[in-house]
Amino acid sequence: MSEKILLTARFDKVNPLSIDDYLSFNGYSALQKAVKMNREDIINEIKESRLTGRGGAAFPVHIKMSSVAREKGDKILICNADEGEPGNFKDRYLMEKDPHQVLEGMIISAFAVGATKAYIYIRGEYRNSIDIMKHAIEEARLHGFLGKSILETNQSLDIEIRRGCGAYVCGEEFALIESIEGKAGRTRVKPPYPTQKGAFNLPTLINNVETFANLPHIINMSGKKYSEIGSKNATGTKLISLSGNVKNKGLYEVEYGTTIRYVVEVLGKGPKNNRKIKMVQLGGASGPIIPEELLDMEIDNESFHIFNSKMASGAVIVMDDSHDLFDVIYRNMTFFAHESCGKCAPCREGHTQIVRLVKKFVNREASMKDYNSLKSLAHVIHESTLCGLGQTSPTSILSTIEYFPDEYMRKVAYRKERGF
Amino acid sequence: MSLKSILEKYPPKREYLLEVLTDLDNTKENHYISEEELRVIAKHLDVSIGEVSGAMSFYTLLSQKPRGKYVVRVCNSVPCYLCDDFNVLKEMEHLLGVKVNETTMDGMFTLEQTACIGCCEKAPAISINHKVYGDLTPGKLKTILEKYRRDSK
Repeated sequence: MSEKILLTARFDKVNPLSIDDYLSFNGYSALQKAVKMNREDIINEIKESRLTGRGGAAFPVHIKMSSVAREKGDKILICNADEGEPGNFKDRYLMEKDPHQVLEGMIISAFAVGATKAYIYIRGEYRNSIDIMKHAIEEARLHGFLGKSILETNQSLDIEIRRGCGAYVCGEEFALIESIEGKAGRTRVKPPYPTQKGAFNLPTLINNVETFANLPHIINMSGKKYSEIGSKNATGTKLISLSGNVKNKGLYEVEYGTTIRYVVEVLGKGPKNNRKIKMVQLGGASGPIIPEELLDMEIDNESFHIFNSKMASGAVIVMDDSHDLFDVIYRNMTFFAHESCGKCAPCREGHTQIVRLVKKFVNREASMKDYNSLKSLAHVIHESTLCGLGQTSPTSILSTIEYFPDEYMRKVAYRKERGF
Repeated sequence: MSLKSILEKYPPKREYLLEVLTDLDNTKENHYISEEELRVIAKHLDVSIGEVSGAMSFYTLLSQKPRGKYVVRVCNSVPCYLCDDFNVLKEMEHLLGVKVNETTMDGMFTLEQTACIGCCEKAPAISINHKVYGDLTPGKLKTILEKYRRDSK
């Protein structure tokens, strides 16, 4: 189990501004194949591939697709490129190095579910990605892959780019939909889900950039063949955004089932300056923080269930032993307090309070009572907030209470030593 | 591009609000959108000024107060923090002579903090008007700012 090249195969070999380059590397061949298949067969291939969403939640892709395909009337397709989770940069690479791979995946999806209007919502900070995707859409239109009657079928599709304006929460599907509609990015109460009532109240299929980029490969090699890549619990490859205290930070593509240790120590070449790895945060600011001993765990959605979390977004943030756990948690929590949309009370008020409590640990002023409050507040936020932001934000606290109990107790002991 | 020509680019529908605001922000030397402009946009899109302003104030890349010609954003997320050996923010404050959310006297730079800009492989990183600079050192910061100062003379 190691690197497997699928999504990154064309990186640096094709000019992202040239559709001819893409075409000469087998580009749009999956689309040519898909237009001759019927809708159910496309979705069936994806079902056989056992592809799961690559944005964060790892939801089976075919379930979303078939529920949108079942709906009648106009349908919307959205590519979620609002990559705001700290530690992630894979979608930027996908858009800037091989934009047509993403477009091809989107067009195949449009065929499969019968959508005629699509959006790519790109965070405003990614100016480069926006320009490259715009150019790619124009080229695809000129070649007849977009617009009216694509490849002489009766399917038409228009793709529009929407630029985000700096709000992390807009990566959440309903917040993103609100933002596309020209409003503040505040989530909606579910159900109904976007597959039933999404953008402009129409059935909407919304997937991450990497999820779409996988589709041409599945159609080309067949779902069954694709399902042989990876591990027992998760198929295919995963893009890993490796950052923090390692010698070789960067983007890597590995098969599911690869261990985190392989990524950190072999691909990343381990920490600098002979430091030791103290902890690794997985998935981004909303992911679990695990100790060095757990690095032999496989990258695979099932094994992450123990944290109530999934590996889907693929960020690996390595922290060496010169860093304090609570500085990291404090930064994460101020981030969530700032990015909370304010719609539901447990998130809006909860994060303000959680920042205050974590600050006490940073300052070595925390008592046992603060520890208990922190623990219960983390559970409340996790269980009672409306959207993914609050449901996942306390993961770094809940996981470290389990794996670094000594760190918490050491901070509590400081206060006692000083006698107040 | 004037506001009028930006508005003509899009159908008069509310869904284009953020696109209009982003385009307008890009054309303005001091990166802000005035109340007068908001009124014109609201009228064009047929929504109330309150709704336009309410939506706009939700987003951190947009501002209703004038900013500098160059908006410097220092990343304060964990991946940059882990690789930041010299305190980029303090160094930037020192070089510019302003604190966070302030603008230099000459109106050239506004210093802001931002959440992750998606360049963690080049941490620590900053962006200046959305152009990203990574693998920073104190010397590199100085050179970058000098370049901007020279270019705008």
